[in-house]
Amino acid sequence: MLEKKSKKGSVIALVCILVILGGVILLENVSMFMENVPEVLRPTSQLFTVLKKGAVYSLVAVSMNLLNGFTGLFSLGQAGFMLLGAYTYAILTVPMASKDQVYYLFGGSAVKFSLPDLFAGVLGAEGVGGAVSMVLGVLIAMILAGLVAAFFAWLIGMPVLRLKSDYLAIATLGFAEILRAIFQWQRLGPITNGANMIKNFPTFSSFNIENSAGETVLRLSTFVPFLVAALCIAIIVLLINSSYGRAFKAIREDEIAAEAMGINLSKHKQLSFCISSFFAGVGGALFAMYSANAQAKGFNSTLTYEILLIVVIGGIGSISGSVIATFAYVACSEWWLRFLDTPTTFQSESSRTMFIAALAVAGIAITALLLLRARKKKGGTGMMAAACIPAVVFVGYDIYYAMSGAMEVPFLRTGFRMVVFSVIIMIVVLFFRNGLMGTREISDLFKPKAKKEAAK
Amino acid sequence: MLKINDLKVNYGGIEAVKGISFEVPEKSIVTLIGANGAGKSTTLRAIAGLVRTSGGSVEFMGEDITGKDTTEIVSRGITLVPEGRRIFPDLTVLENLKIGAYLRKDSLESDLEWVYDLFPRLKERHWQAGGTLSGGEQQMLAVGRALMSRPKVLMMDEPSLGLAPIIVRGIFDIIREINRQGVTVLLIEQNANMALQTADMGYVLETGRITMTGTGAQLLADEKVKAAYLGT
Ligand SMILES: Nc1ncnc2c1ncn2[C@@H]1O[C@H](COP(=O)(O)OP(=O)(O)OP(=O)(O)O)[C@@H](O)[C@H]1O
Ligand SMILES: [Mg+2]
Repeated sequence: MLEKKSKKGSVIALVCILVILGGVILLENVSMFMENVPEVLRPTSQLFTVLKKGAVYSLVAVSMNLLNGFTGLFSLGQAGFMLLGAYTYAILTVPMASKDQVYYLFGGSAVKFSLPDLFAGVLGAEGVGGAVSMVLGVLIAMILAGLVAAFFAWLIGMPVLRLKSDYLAIATLGFAEILRAIFQWQRLGPITNGANMIKNFPTFSSFNIENSAGETVLRLSTFVPFLVAALCIAIIVLLINSSYGRAFKAIREDEIAAEAMGINLSKHKQLSFCISSFFAGVGGALFAMYSANAQAKGFNSTLTYEILLIVVIGGIGSISGSVIATFAYVACSEWWLRFLDTPTTFQSESSRTMFIAALAVAGIAITALLLLRARKKKGGTGMMAAACIPAVVFVGYDIYYAMSGAMEVPFLRTGFRMVVFSVIIMIVVLFFRNGLMGTREISDLFKPKAKKEAAK
Repeated sequence: MLKINDLKVNYGGIEAVKGISFEVPEKSIVTLIGANGAGKSTTLRAIAGLVRTSGGSVEFMGEDITGKDTTEIVSRGITLVPEGRRIFPDLTVLENLKIGAYLRKDSLESDLEWVYDLFPRLKERHWQAGGTLSGGEQQMLAVGRALMSRPKVLMMDEPSLGLAPIIVRGIFDIIREINRQGVTVLLIEQNANMALQTADMGYVLETGRITMTGTGAQLLADEKVKAAYLGT
């Protein structure tokens, strides 16, 4: 009975994935066969940047969630493993023809081969043979990217996973920082190109299909990251629903009980850590393809915190939460909230007045809400006093701004976007600790009501 | 079946178990009783491979299993129901049960049936998160989870802890039932009365040493046991 139910669930999931993948192909090719598509659907639109980056980040976020959310191990090394993946991919796929140009500071590369070129040597560099060589080369480089990351995870995990799990966060954070320094070391230049970027390797747009005249006939540059991410996330979901996944969750819930049931703690922690890092490595390779370059500088702890933020907002322990939060986050940071970083002036006196009014209303509304919350709690007097602070701040600023007569929209300048994000993090952590989805999955929302109650 | 020989356990220099020997014959119920801190839990944890022994040996079905890891010991057929139940609170009842069978590769269906027969309540609630079960139900789940590993010896650490008398009686009925079906039981109890009534053999543990041995009935009748553990 239970078997049948889960089979039905996976069929539905498969259909959903296929529909999404089909939708992506359609979306990015609409502009091919329709003349007057709206600006958003043109290939240069921000929409496709968001979709590509979203696919890459969602894989990394899900890989982090596997470890942090499902196994209960707190690691902060995601950027480090992405770096390993990005560099492995880049080093192995820079075409022979570009090596001297890319590595010109070091008199060429020490890696005397390129995976796509190796296949091209057998299958031919032109037409279908060339395309297949590229795909095979990219695929193998991506898998190797994951394996290199997993190998390093295994090395770190051996000593660290035996300790209490707090140490893992410190060790992985340190590891990522050290790695970033090592990869910029000039002595390794012939391999890593020192502090300079590696580029010219196959990117997402290399997958767009062109006819003999060099015109693009089918765009696949958004589809490819979606396909890879969907495949990897599907593997992770299968893993989580397998008996291994159950063992991971058992370790998260109660290590002693898990051990008493015969689950080998260090072996399973190691396994989860390596698998998580494998997919972070693959995500790193995708990230290199997305950015069209690989440079150690970019893989700093800010990247890890971005991913961590996504995981927390989505719900620690929810795969679909991570995916939804990724796309929402990426859309906000790359697209919808961009205006926060651009200084703007009000077009007219009336819009300025409306803004001033809105700010005042917002200040009073927030204060009223906080007052209401505080009233119900014990010892609420102090909290009620504290709740008046936003009113004073908002309205005070509002009056100051109204008096100043300035026409620039307040706050909007470079860096304000990050301020807004930080505020969002604080709100999530303070009031919505379970994130968007908690530990539920999107499929749980469609379960019959009684069962949903019971599943809680 | 299970033979403990001069078992010693140290916690950072403090000897919690100071060389105890006892035997658990096949298909019997054996109980260890003793005051708080006597070393009962430590003994079970040592047998299960959860703490390192500092001396002595554990023999199971004629083979020495001293110092083997828990995975090995569980797969050989000794499973511990830990003190305080320790079910997995955010996992469903069914998931909890499946984790009990983690080391087994064969089909679980028949064992799931078996556990559901013993605890119909768990079947009703198989979708519920473990942490939302009542204390008694959680104890059933802890026992059911351990049974899912198909143990030859089931070790239980204070299964009656914090349960109402009527639930305790239910738990002991189940223990007898499991035993009747061929599972050997090693039981630790504060509730010495119930434990001795149920057990074939009893051992009294005092500060890391066995001070008394006898059948359940013998110990129940013993004046010193009565005074110290039965409160009569
Ligand atoms: N992890 C540990 N580290 C140090 N000492 C410990 C540890 N676990 C138990 N002990 C000590 O070992 C002794 C025996 O503990 P144990 O838990 O075996 O007692 P118990 O007989 O099960 O008692 P109770 O009936 O209260 O559960 C106690 O003095 C306890 O403080
Ligand atoms: Mg105890």
